[in-house]
Amino acid sequence: MNRSINLVYFAWVRERLGRDEETIRLGEEVGTIGDVLDILKARGTAYAEVLSDSEKLRFALDQDYGTAASTIGSARELAIFPPVTGG
Amino acid sequence: MIKVEVGPADFDIGSETLDVSRQGGGAIASFVGQVRDDGNLKTLELEHYPAMTQKALQEIAETARSGWPLHAVTIIHRVGKLSVGENIVLVVTGSDHREAAIESCSFIMDRLKTVAPFWKKETRADGATKWIEARDSDRAAAEKWKK
Repeated sequence: MNRSINLVYFAWVRERLGRDEETIRLGEEVGTIGDVLDILKARGTAYAEVLSDSEKLRFALDQDYGTAASTIGSARELAIFPPVTGG
Repeated sequence: MIKVEVGPADFDIGSETLDVSRQGGGAIASFVGQVRDDGNLKTLELEHYPAMTQKALQEIAETARSGWPLHAVTIIHRVGKLSVGENIVLVVTGSDHREAAIESCSFIMDRLKTVAPFWKKETRADGATKWIEARDSDRAAAEKWKK
């Protein structure tokens, strides 16, 4: 089965990756947010650097918070961003 | 009544407070957050995750309403480029008694600062820019409500 997921980036994650969103295809072996991060990190230096420290990142699957261990399932959108600083 | 608004437009504290007070009770609490003048700040830019922001604030308001007997909750958060002294965020809560109004208002701000998907970027007078980092004190403040 071919499935894809829309990735959206915010704040310094967006700036350092030089893009605000992209769509990637996911193979059968991709189960968790951590698996997606591994695919992205293998793409090049910018990704590897920005995504290296997952402690400094937050994730949301279809607009709900998740962790690197969260299952992608049928989610359509994965957001990757720094800890929030509103208010 | 729950009212949540996110956008570039400024808000009128007086009319928002009046709207909450008209929902009943006799205790209205509010918090206004503004861009702080810390010397050489030129602008503060507020970025957000549009698809998630409204939902996150709505959930915070509903959690507050399930934790305290509230007649009304209003949360307004601005986005875009703001200057020193401008309004950023407004929270107004209305209840029968002050403890519920004040505590829930404080709870909403603590939650908002740790879960609502907003990010602040500051631009200094010399043009230097920096993303503001999340503070441990904000996380600790949000944690205290879980007890």
